[in-house]
Amino acid sequence: MKFSNIGYLLKEGFKGIFLHGFMSFAAVCVTVACLIIVGSFSILAYNLDVMVQDLNQTSEILVYVDSDLSDAEARSIGTKINALNNVLQSTFVSREQALQDFVEDHNGDSAFNGVQPTDLRHRYVVTLEDNTLMEQTDAQLRQIPGVADTKAAYALAQGFSTIQQVLHIASVALIAVLLVISLLIISNTVKLAMYDRRDEIAIMKMVGATNGFIRLPFMVEGFTLGMMGAVLAFGLEWIGYDALVEKISTVDALKLFTFVPFETLLVPMILVFAAAGLFVGIVGSWTSIRKFMDV
Amino acid sequence: MIEFTDVVKCYEQGNKALNGVTMQIDDGEFCFLVGPSGSGKSTIIKLITGELRPTSGTVKVNGYALERIRKREVPLLRRTVGVVFQDFRLIPNMTVYDNVAFAMRVIGAREREIRDRVPYVLELVGLENKANRHPGEMSGGEQQRLAIARALVNNPSTIIADEPTGNLDPARSFEIMALLQEINNLGTTVLVVTHEKNLVELFAKRVIAIDDGYVVSDGRER
Repeated sequence: MKFSNIGYLLKEGFKGIFLHGFMSFAAVCVTVACLIIVGSFSILAYNLDVMVQDLNQTSEILVYVDSDLSDAEARSIGTKINALNNVLQSTFVSREQALQDFVEDHNGDSAFNGVQPTDLRHRYVVTLEDNTLMEQTDAQLRQIPGVADTKAAYALAQGFSTIQQVLHIASVALIAVLLVISLLIISNTVKLAMYDRRDEIAIMKMVGATNGFIRLPFMVEGFTLGMMGAVLAFGLEWIGYDALVEKISTVDALKLFTFVPFETLLVPMILVFAAAGLFVGIVGSWTSIRKFMDV
Repeated sequence: MIEFTDVVKCYEQGNKALNGVTMQIDDGEFCFLVGPSGSGKSTIIKLITGELRPTSGTVKVNGYALERIRKREVPLLRRTVGVVFQDFRLIPNMTVYDNVAFAMRVIGAREREIRDRVPYVLELVGLENKANRHPGEMSGGEQQRLAIARALVNNPSTIIADEPTGNLDPARSFEIMALLQEINNLGTTVLVVTHEKNLVELFAKRVIAIDDGYVVSDGRER
């Protein structure tokens, strides 16, 4: 293929999109629809994952300090707690604060008026990086000198971890299935567009065009259609997501749902949409032309 | 030159289309290939254009040995053989000019060459005043002339016309045959596959008759 022909071939590729307007429109629409379905489900799965992760962060270990230790000694234990690998954060809660919190939790019930701060112990509220390792971290905390006791809700943490794992597996499997189905649908639509032009391909073969010369305009066309579909789907996904999040936030007064802003997902979403658009456009046209090449 | 030596062609389904065909068409010759439906004429054309490979025997077309031709050489072979079909096979959304220019563009010709060559070929087939028309706006005879222009534009040494007058009335058929005769006079080898006995008799050229995959006669019509 001569270099001087590249311009002609590229022009032909772009021209083909408009010459076969209806098929191009159909291919772009199907690409947009499929990518929006896959994209929406991926964002939903990601948000659910983040929500469960946030809930999981509320699982914590309460570390009670030996009541014989002075205030300064009790506070110094924090350094040792923070030095443990799996500890994300530890917050010191003094006896006084603990009592105040306790009374407030019980709506200031006068029955607790006689309770003195010295009846309670200083404590740390410890959150972990990985709650699946709660049991091991709890054991390590117990071995720190000055720690009298700990209280950890293993079952709750385990429950959250299980939910998160199930969610991961289910979403990956569903996204994979949706992606495969979408790729098949889009590539079939591109194939249909190519089938519409089988006579043109046969004429090109008949007059002695090489396979490369025949393929390139179709590849350009497939690539352009795929990218058009990806860009449109991305834009619609962004607009739709922002609108939905805004709508939910007005309804959800209790702030039960927290949604990740679309901007956080910008780079991965652009990459996934562009890759999918490119893949279906180029692979779809390549495989479909191949069928008409054996003339 | 087209040379078949003891060519046998069996299809995958097992039916034998050619049973040891031997024939030679020299450069610059005008020749008719006749025979009933299913006699093997289309198989011969497909062998000449490299669409099929012979099961045994040898096929040589314009210097290419088709029994062992490489895939990437097939386009080069096809540039030496222009093919005209009964159903014209034109691109409807292209103008007359573009249908012809298209054949040059797809083999990588430069725009300057195309601008020089296309008007010349359109004049040769008598369509110089219809360059901006679309095939749908033309008569059958004109469409066939356009198909001949497209087959000619890359200056092939051989033109194969497969039932070129099958869709035309007798007057237009005669015009097309006269045009092919004119092209032959310019030095191009012409092989016309036809059913039309009248035309074959009228032009008094060499006639190769095929029946049931055999060459049953080969001689000049008188």
